[in-house]
Amino acid sequence: MKSGSSLERILESGQFAVTAEAGPPKGSSAKVIQRKGELLKFCCDALNVTDNQTAIVRMSSLGGCLLLKELGVEPVLQMVVRDRNRLALQGDILGAAALGIRNVLCLSGDHQKFGNHPTAKGVYDIDSIQFIQMVKTMRDEHKFLNGEEISGDVPFFIGAAANPFADPFEFRVIRLAKKVNAGADFIQTQGIFDMARFTEWMKMARDKGLHEKTHILAGLIPVKSVGMARYMRNNVAGLSVPLEIVDRMADAKDPKEEGVKICLETIEQLKEVEGVHGIHVMAVAWEDIVPRIVEEAGLMPRPVV
Amino acid sequence: MIVAKRKPFEEIKESVVGAKRILVLGCGTCVAVCLSGGEKDVAILALQLKMALKLENQDVHIDELTIERQCDREFIEQIGTRVNPDDYDVILSMACGAGVQLLSDVFEHKVVLPALNTTFIGVAEKLGVWSERCSGCGDCILGKTAGLCPIARCAKQLLNGPCGGSVNGKCEISKEVDCVWQLIIDRLTRLDRLEMLEEIFPVKDWSPAGHGGPRKMVREDLKL
Repeated sequence: MKSGSSLERILESGQFAVTAEAGPPKGSSAKVIQRKGELLKFCCDALNVTDNQTAIVRMSSLGGCLLLKELGVEPVLQMVVRDRNRLALQGDILGAAALGIRNVLCLSGDHQKFGNHPTAKGVYDIDSIQFIQMVKTMRDEHKFLNGEEISGDVPFFIGAAANPFADPFEFRVIRLAKKVNAGADFIQTQGIFDMARFTEWMKMARDKGLHEKTHILAGLIPVKSVGMARYMRNNVAGLSVPLEIVDRMADAKDPKEEGVKICLETIEQLKEVEGVHGIHVMAVAWEDIVPRIVEEAGLMPRPVV
Repeated sequence: MIVAKRKPFEEIKESVVGAKRILVLGCGTCVAVCLSGGEKDVAILALQLKMALKLENQDVHIDELTIERQCDREFIEQIGTRVNPDDYDVILSMACGAGVQLLSDVFEHKVVLPALNTTFIGVAEKLGVWSERCSGCGDCILGKTAGLCPIARCAKQLLNGPCGGSVNGKCEISKEVDCVWQLIIDRLTRLDRLEMLEEIFPVKDWSPAGHGGPRKMVREDLKL
């Protein structure tokens, strides 16, 4: 075991994993994150705490992770290189290790231009792939980026993001391979609506044997309304929402029900894709729906490891 | 070249309030080429200032002068052969930030103000369009990135790009901005060298990029 986290144990034992996103509040209330933790603890193996997601300032991921951990929920610490240089990243990794956090997701981060502090200076001292490599070296060689020794263990299950829907498509699997080679133990993908493109990407990943070197968790974004579907189709770079999804949401008498249905159909298809080892549900501002989705997808009860 | 853009007129006008004699000083090199701070730009700014200040009934005398380079002491010292610097209480420099600072060094007792915002090291793409190409990071990697710089041209300065926001060749920050990683991949594909990108690009040493403190270059063989 690299980290001993539940997520690692579930994935390493070949079971289908379920993770979800628990975004921290734009404020200091512990209750917001605790409520999400209580809501999702029985239907998920681990919860990702986002890190100033979409470049909007929120409670820190580390703070949120600790609140979840106190509830007995396993957190995934999301960290972006947009806001921290190599010193801060390594310091926070050690702090998280000391607090018993065992999963980390290494990300670039959305550009600060999109957030609520668009005049901020972006850090980008190292990139997400270099970050993965750095955490792996900290864990496996007990060494900082500069080669100095680290005292104590740094047991992390290292995650990375992958977006099969961004361009150039042919390069997406090469970049996935770079992340795996850098040390990504698991991958959480961008939300999947375009199943054709996802299965093509997975085939390319399998051709390179990547599905056996890392655990790919397929991303899902439950859609609440046709407005949300349209917005994602037109405005979110790197998200591919086929017109068919928008039309289904537009024609639905009960859009929320239709959204759940689309999500469940997607999960059924994903279960059949070789190399998909789990799902990651990003129900932004609709966390309440996650227990139902997991239940109706036949993924309950969650394994105890 | 160093590309610069004239500051908003109101800001320039505000900055010279109270001055009685102003020398608008142009620079004949980079900023002249990018049509911001050369002789013509000096004439336009001087005229605008004269008109605006006159409308406000301010009695200000404004002269114009353009020298070859404000980033070179030799040229600055020649100013005295053409005008008397002591005649002015403000020198309004239309050079890049380097020129403004060397003027301040030379004219220790004079107020030197910038009329331009220095923006980037770049190229003229076509008439009226300039774009950034170099960040002056002090350790050129263009040999490894198909001659296209991700430090200057990727919004996240990724060395192992592209990120998940690259769509149809454009950057996630704007549909007007090319994704330089798409360009790098396209070019390496054309050169049949795409395998270069399979290696993980190592962490960059940012100390020559200015993070090691202000930079200086010394050529002992040229020193007098």
